Order: sequence, then C-alpha cells, then structure tokens
Amino acid sequence: MMRLPLFEFRAPRTLDEAARILDGQGPNTMPLAGGTDLLPNMKRRQQVPRTLMSLRYVEGLNQVQWSDSASRLGACLTLTDVAEDPRFRNGMTALSQAAALVATPHIRNMATLGGNLCLDTRCNYYDQNYEWRKAIDFCLKKDGTICWVAPGSRKCVAVSSTDTAPALIALGARVRLVSRSGEREVTLSELYNNDGINYIRRRPDEILVEVLLDSLHGWKSSYWKLRRRGSFDFPVLSVAAAARLSRQAVVEDARIVVGSAASRPLVADGASKFLLGRSLNSETIAEAAGLAARIAKPLDNTDFDMTWRKRVTAEFVTYALRELRGDDMHVERGSLTRHSFE
Amino acid sequence: MPIQKDSPERPAKDSPASAGEFRVIGVPRRRVDARAKVTGQTRFADDIFLPRIAHCKLLRSPHPHARIRKIDTSRALAHPGVYLVLTGKDLPIEYGILPVSQDEQALCLDHVRHVGDPIAAVIAREELTAFEALDLIDVDYEILATISDPEEALATPEPRIHEYGEEGNIHKRVALEFGDVEKSFAEADEIFEDIFFYQGSTHLPIEQHAAVAIKDPEGKLTIWSSTQTPHYLHRALAKVLQMPPAHIRVSATPNGGGFGGKSDPFNHEIVVAKAALLLDRPVKICLTREEVFYCHRGRHPVLMKFKTGVKKDGAITGMHLQTLIDGGGYGSYGVASTFYTGALQTTTYHIPRYRFEGCRTFTNKPPCGPKRGHGTVQPRFGQEVQLDKIAEKLKIDPADLRLRIVESPNTVTANYLRLSTVNLSECIRRVVKTSDWKEKFRKLPEGRGVGLACSAYLTGAGLAIYWNKMPQSGVQLKLDRGGGVAIFCGATEIGQGSDDVLAGIVAEVLGIDTFDIRLFTGDTDLGPVDLGSYSSRVTIMAGNAALQAAERARELLAEAVAIRLEVPKERLRFAEKSVFDSAAPEKRVPFHEAVCLAEARFGTIGTVGSYTPPKSPALYKGGGVGPSPTYSYTAAVIEVAVNPLTGWITVPKIWIAHDIGRPLNPPLVRGQVEGSVYMGLGEALMEEQEFRRLPKKLSHALVHKFPSMLEYKSPTSLDMPEVVTELVEEPDPRGPFGAKEVGQGPLLPIMPAVANAVYDAIGVRIDEVPITPEKIVKALAEKRAGRDPRYGPSHFPHVDWPEALRVPPPWEGGDGNAVNDVPRHSKPRPEKEKVLSS
Repeated sequence: MMRLPLFEFRAPRTLDEAARILDGQGPNTMPLAGGTDLLPNMKRRQQVPRTLMSLRYVEGLNQVQWSDSASRLGACLTLTDVAEDPRFRNGMTALSQAAALVATPHIRNMATLGGNLCLDTRCNYYDQNYEWRKAIDFCLKKDGTICWVAPGSRKCVAVSSTDTAPALIALGARVRLVSRSGEREVTLSELYNNDGINYIRRRPDEILVEVLLDSLHGWKSSYWKLRRRGSFDFPVLSVAAAARLSRQAVVEDARIVVGSAASRPLVADGASKFLLGRSLNSETIAEAAGLAARIAKPLDNTDFDMTWRKRVTAEFVTYALRELRGDDMHVERGSLTRHSFE
Repeated sequence: MPIQKDSPERPAKDSPASAGEFRVIGVPRRRVDARAKVTGQTRFADDIFLPRIAHCKLLRSPHPHARIRKIDTSRALAHPGVYLVLTGKDLPIEYGILPVSQDEQALCLDHVRHVGDPIAAVIAREELTAFEALDLIDVDYEILATISDPEEALATPEPRIHEYGEEGNIHKRVALEFGDVEKSFAEADEIFEDIFFYQGSTHLPIEQHAAVAIKDPEGKLTIWSSTQTPHYLHRALAKVLQMPPAHIRVSATPNGGGFGGKSDPFNHEIVVAKAALLLDRPVKICLTREEVFYCHRGRHPVLMKFKTGVKKDGAITGMHLQTLIDGGGYGSYGVASTFYTGALQTTTYHIPRYRFEGCRTFTNKPPCGPKRGHGTVQPRFGQEVQLDKIAEKLKIDPADLRLRIVESPNTVTANYLRLSTVNLSECIRRVVKTSDWKEKFRKLPEGRGVGLACSAYLTGAGLAIYWNKMPQSGVQLKLDRGGGVAIFCGATEIGQGSDDVLAGIVAEVLGIDTFDIRLFTGDTDLGPVDLGSYSSRVTIMAGNAALQAAERARELLAEAVAIRLEVPKERLRFAEKSVFDSAAPEKRVPFHEAVCLAEARFGTIGTVGSYTPPKSPALYKGGGVGPSPTYSYTAAVIEVAVNPLTGWITVPKIWIAHDIGRPLNPPLVRGQVEGSVYMGLGEALMEEQEFRRLPKKLSHALVHKFPSMLEYKSPTSLDMPEVVTELVEEPDPRGPFGAKEVGQGPLLPIMPAVANAVYDAIGVRIDEVPITPEKIVKALAEKRAGRDPRYGPSHFPHVDWPEALRVPPPWEGGDGNAVNDVPRHSKPRPEKEKVLSS
C-alpha cells in the first residue's frame, strides 16, 4: 500500500497554542482537520509537511452560534454536522445541500467545513501518485515546470473542487483567520485566487477558525453539483444560487456562483445583476443562465469532456433558479445526484 | 433448422432424494464462508503477518517503451533498512499464462513495454523504507518510439514490442470460415454492415493483489497469494525459480474479488518467492491500486465489423465478423481472447454460415487479458445492437425476431460448438413479460426507452491452458469417525461461492449439513488439482468431481449400513444426518455411526472424484477456444431515461432472466446475476481503461489516464437500479444436479440492452461503450443536422488477413476439420500447437 511519509504530530488544546505552533513555520507545518484530503495527498507526496498540527482538540472550533442578525459556524464542524442539522436549511439550504453532496458518508463524518473551504485544487495531472507524476516528468503545480493541461500557460489551472465554498459565497459568507500576529475577517469570495497553486489567500501561519453569516431572513438558496456518480466524486461543475424574493416573487437581491470551472469559485455578477427587479420566469431564468454560463471556462483536467461541461453549465444554473422559484426539482435532483433531499 | 442430436455423456443425476426433494441443493442457505466474511475474520493475503517479515516494493518503468542500458542498485542497497535488491538478472527465465506466450519476465531484463512494467525490487524492513529506496536505483534508459493503439501498431512494424508474434507488432492473426458466407450474402434479402467499438475496462476488485512467501523450515517454498489460479502459478514458479514443483506450495487466499484479474501468474508473486528464498525470511507485497491498474489483464479494447445477411423473416443467412484487438504490452491470455472474440456468435441464434477474422496487436500499455465474459463481451455488444437495427429495418419486434432465430438445444453449431440445454427463448419470454415490454417498446414518451439483448456463455472452458489428458478438476473426501467430512480440492474461493458449491453438493449426497464440512481449497499441497476460478468452470468441474467423490463415499457407507440394518442398500436414504431405510424410516443409523461402520469394514474412508469435459467435435486449429460442456443463456430488458438537452442518462430498472439449469444455492445465483448487472452497467455507462499521450514534441509519456478508484469511474451502490431477476430452471444433464454457470453470462446482455434502450428513448445509435452524455449530445446534434443519428467508429483499418481455414459446417458435410489444413486427428500434435488452441 501507499505509506505516509514520516511527520511530527502536534495536538494543541487552545487557539493561542495552535497559532504559536504555526508561527514562522511556513508550509512545513500544516494544520490538520479531518485529514480526508491532506493525508491521501501526503501519501502521493503532493504535500510533505514536516509537522502536522491537529485542530481536533482546539477548543471552540466546532461550535455554532445562532442569532437573528448573524451566525458563526466553527471551522471544525464536520460536513455531517452541517448536512444533518435542520438549522442549516431554509436560507442556508445551499450550504446544507453542498455539504450533503461531498464525497461519502464516511468522509463527511471526518471532513470539516473549514477543511473543505481550504481544499487543495485538483487536476488529473496532479492528483496522481508519485510514480505516475514522475512518468510525466511532474507538472507545474508540484515538482515540474510544465502545465500539461495548457502547456503554454505559465499559471497552474488546477480546479477549485470545494462544494461548500460556492454555496457559502452565494450566501455572502465571511471567514475569520487567526494567527499569532492577530486576526482578520475576509469576505469568502476574496479568499480565493484564480491560480491553481496560490489558490487561497490564507497565509501558512493562519488558522481559518470560523465562517460568519449575516441574517439570511427572506433568502432562498440552492446548490447543484455535477459529478459522474451518486457518491465519492468531487464536483466538476457546480452552481450555487441565492436570492431574496419579494412577496410578489420579484428578485430583490441575488448571487449566483459557478464552482469547479476555474481555480476559484466564479461569482456570476452579470447574471445576478440581471435578475434584480425581475421575477423568475422562464425567459429571465434562461437569460440569467446564459449570462452565468458565459464565465465558465472548464479545461480538460477533470472528469467529463470540457466542452460538454461548458455546454451544461446553463442547464445547471436553470435547475438552481427553478428550485429558488419553487419548482419541484426532485426528479432532476434524483437523476443527477441520486439524492432527493426529501 | 438443422439439428445434430447429441446424447448426453451422463444421465441426469438422480440423487437419493429425487428432484424436488433436495434438502440442500436449491434451498436458500447461508454460504459456508459467510460468518468469517461478515465478521471480518476472513484472512486475505494482506492480513498475513509473520515474525521477521520483510516488505517488498517494485520499481516500475516511468517510460512506455524503452531499452534498459544499465541499472545501478548500489545506492539503494546501501540504504539503511534495505535487505535485498533484485533486478531482471536474478529472474531471467520467461513465463506467461499460455505456453505460446511465454513473454514476461518477473523484472524486465533489458526492455520495458509500458509505464508500470517492473524493473527492480527492493526488500526492506519497512514498506516505507523500500519505497524510499526505489528512488535510489539508477536506471539508464534508451527511449523507444511508443505505440498507443492497434491502428498505430499495424502501421508501425518497428520498433517491435516483442520479437515474436505474426510480424511487426501484430501478436496474433486468425481467420476461420464455416461455409461460404459470400454465398449466404447473395441469398440474403438484406445485408447489414456495422462497425462498433468496445472500450477497454478493468476488473477493479476491492482487494488489491497481495502475496506473502516464506522458505519453510524444510527449505521449501510456500506462497500465499490472492490468485484465482494457484495451479498455474505453481507451474510458473517452478519454471522461473527452477525448483522441483514438489518443493513449492501455493496457497490461494480467499480473493476479495477477481473477475479474471488474478488469473495470470504475476511478477510480484515470483519476486517475493525469490526474495524469501534468498533472505530466508517471510517477504510480503501488497500492491497499490495504481499497481493493480498496471497488472490489468482486463477487457481488451476491440474494434469490430459485422456483416450479416438476413431473410425478410429475420432468419440469418450468414455472418462475417472482423475484430481488431488492442492487446497491450504482453501476451497474457491474448491468443485465447482473440479466438474468443469470434467464438460464441453462433451459440445464441442459428447462423448457418460464419466467417471470423481476428487480429491482436501489441501496444505500449498494460496487458489486456480475461475479464468476466472473456473476449465474448465485445462482439456480443456488436451483435445484439446490430440485431436491434435489423429488427427495426425488418419491422419486427426485437424480442419476436430473436424468438424466431434462437438456436435449438442439443445442436452442433456452424463452428462445431456442441450445445446442450438452450433456454434462451424462455429467458426472452420471461423478461418480455416481467418488464411489460409490449406496452413499452417504442411507446414510452420521448427520453424514456427500453432495450432488449441476449447472450450465451461457457460453463467452463473445454480445454486446459496447457495440453494434457488429465482431469480438469479433482476432489478428495475424508470422512471421520465423528461424522465430519473434509473436502480437499484445488478450487479457489474468489468470492463467487466455490467453497459453498462443493460443500452443498457433498452435503446433499451424504445427507449432512454444510456446516459439518471442512474445506481445504485452493492449496497445491493439500488438495488435488483444480485449474482455477476462471471460465465459469468451478461449479460444473469441481462440482462434478465432488459429486463423484461423494457418491463413492456414500456407496461405502451404504454397503456397511445395509449389513447392519439388514436392508438392501438400494433402499437406503441419506438425509437429516442419518442413513435410513426408505421403506421404514425408523430403521436408521446416525451419519457418524455409518462412517464408523464403513471404516470398520473398509478401513479409513477417503474417496476421490474427478472431472474431464466431453471431447469437442471442433477438430480444426483454433477449435479449442469456445467448446464447453454446456452454455448458459441470458436475456435482459433495460429501461433508460435520457435528458435530450444534456444527454444525461440514468437506468431506473432492469429485468433479467438467466438460464441456470438448476441453482445450487439461489441467493448466491441471484447475487452473481446482480453483480454481473452492476459490472455491466459500469462498462455500459462509464468505465474506461484510458490512456493519455502527452504532446509528442514535449514528452513521450503514455500514461494511464486515471489509475485510481476515484477517477476510474465505476458505479456506486447509489447508481445501481432496481433489478428484477428471474431464474429459468431446466436441469442440464452435464451439470452437477443440473447446474450451469452464472458468474459471467448475465453481464453480457447489459451493454447492448442499454444501447438499444437509448435508441428507443431518443432515436440515436451509440455504437460504442461507454455510452456517455457527451456522446449522446453529439449524436443528437447529428440527428438535428439531418445526418446519420449515430456516434461510433466509421472505419475499420486494413489488415492483411491470412487465408481462412475452411471448415464446412456440420450440415454441409463437415467433420470438424479444415479442408485446407492437415486433418487434426491424423497429424502428430506438437505440444505447443495444441496448446495454442486453448
């Protein structure tokens, strides 16, 4: 079997202690949450940190604070916690759906919300074991000099593969990052770069400790995921949509996010703005879907043909908006994801 | 339709209890190995830990095609914790599963043929140490041009991947003609010509291959391995290690799935054996999932061209099939696979004249070999999809068309396969009824459709891999004074239930419970030879051997008990762990007492049984592939839902009927049917053993696209539809208690039935697998543009076919020999040649 490289293991009890351990270490020390992504990556020698610092015993990281005006979700909540807690529905439905569609039940029991937000970008040339990558002389993202997806590109095009980030961006989330030198709040959409290597603006010494959400009163949201099978698979296209509708079903505010179509989740501003002041009828949905799909530029580095992924983006936006409008979408959901969320 | 009557070799088995009164056979039972498996106590090869055990890792080629100029292992050997480094020089003798394809070396000596080909082995105290030391082996390569597919292989004779074979990079070319097909086409009302492509796929057993070898205290070798074929591994080890076979023990651990992927002798098995002998300590290897993809031996990618002539009523006048086969880097079972792509077309429907040409090429990819349905799956797909097209053109319902042309039982086909029972018609009628076919076909709304397809499969290959006149399976029984019965047999439990088959048969004959039986199976030291768990052969071959051994034991017991009870032994019955007088059931002795009486009279009670398949009438060269004691039949109806905008395809429900003869343990039979459906759906919808060639001017890499269980897409339990399984029971005179195979046949109709259902749903033909949303969208675009609403290959490259061996079919005066070859029975048979036909 593939063996983990040797590493030092630290398990701090407090956030202060954790921040001290990370301080000045750079990427040689990595925080470990559920480990469902990092540990397999280490077996493939994609990341070889000298020290792993567990977040499991750090106090307070798996709490949820609810209030009318804002909610705070601890980064170490497991995806099962998020998917199964009914308080994450209603306005936060997109987050609940996204968490429920990650990988498998076993992985969701271990994997955390914060871990999913920090998930390494993925690529068929990169997510391979050491020997395989050696056979292609490695790639830009790790140990090599060429991006095999786009050999002319100087930038890595590995794909953002988090399910929860598009959902939380659509919900307007912020995250709180803590380091020894202090703490800061970042709008989630600002946390990511469109660069497969430097995909996240979290510094190596920072710990993502919680997700902050303003009141979602009056909002509805929805998350749709493309993957080959009913379980296991990372998204190779996703659409998160959130909208606040008036009593007359006119869109007062909206955010549409396209995930897994670039190295970061893409906010479809044009489509979101187009919907303002309009009601969700077939024509406006089709127009918004077309606008949102335009920004998706999938490449040949995931499952499915890239032109087909591009082609079905508008369909996925349509599904999401129809669900916001209140259409019964359980047949489409069942067919696409083998989940009905009933 | 001409029929050759054929009297069965042995009469239907009448057990002491006649049909319908079985206590064990046909009764749903807990399988004998269930407790160990569900409680996690089954000891698989990787569960074996021994004192002083060392771990082995293999250095594998990063190049798809290269010469090895030099290997320097000194740095690796000096690495702390490393015990031994082996290279090709340590194991230079070539081996391979077929005697005609002895083309593998445990560690490549000077030529690597695909990414993943092993070059050196490091044996170390820790697995991690061995892995780290791999990077310390310095290999100097001379890069060679790479061949990635059969068309390229045909066009590129140099450099040769192997120095043997037909010529250039063509491994094997065959041509057989059974009657003048051109004449048949002239007599036809319609001629259909279609080209299909069947993508390669891999077995994906949950258990990765693993092996542990020791030098035992007597200095002999023992190896535990997850192999389907301990006997063939035994032979390969004796050859490569140059040891007397008597000094080698191979023990097949229970396999966590095999599906054909553990049927070859493997390099890692030979390497750990050699290392254990040299180090005198246990040596273990457990392959990574990536390495399993490099071992492969899975489904060959096959391009095929079908030309079929039919009368207006659907009767087939003749068929001409050509197959072009992507073999990968080694022979493996490939010569047999090549013949198999043309062997079974005649077993389902009556084909009076038939021509077959097949060509297997070498390519720089992991070798292909036998996967569930070995070589017959690909042409079955083409044949059944073409029949759907024929039915539409002739305006005949596809089920009715098939019912008109189903081959008759007890027939010898155009290519000299002797059929026994054939219940395909009943299978078709059952699925037509249960699926409500008549109300659905061409009647469902746009986007919904149903498709039907059928198949046949061998119940055990008629010939062994190597030519010999010995039985294909043997069983020994030992009865002890406490009433326990031990079964010794080389048959290998790979999850399919072979142990349960043996126990069930012996328990039925001796009237005892399967849990009173101990099994010693899959071990070359402990039991007589069984050739292995492949070709759906265990139930019929080991089963018949067990039946014979059990009957012989029963005879001894009956004789002794008859004297004690003073009744004629013919009146004795064996049931309820007793032997009793059927006329006066209160006159009885418990089973253990019967054993004691027999032992007192005859000495230690041990019996043997063995099985040799009937001789085949196919005497022509190549006729060794296809014959079987009997064939199973299957029909399936599949419903699909296709989204016309995205091409997204789902399968809500499947109805399948299988001609089983008699189910020995019905839940296991149903499990095999459902497992086949599952595996078939994977091949139909998503599985692809696909390779990626990097831009040639930047790299010569040719790598498996995604050697992982995450990205090699195989369905999950959530993707599995509802399956309605029907078992069609007519005991076959050749099977033990009438049983036929079930492990492979039910897979075959799945892929074509999906393709046919897609056509019914949205009117496009996808003439290849997998059938993906992308291909459906492309075919729909063709349809909208008014072009041929189809996605699939359009061209079959030129192959220089050899002159066909002409074998007149039975109804044209043939005797099974080729008229343009020396008759087989009058020609001395050199071993190699005869073996080739297996």
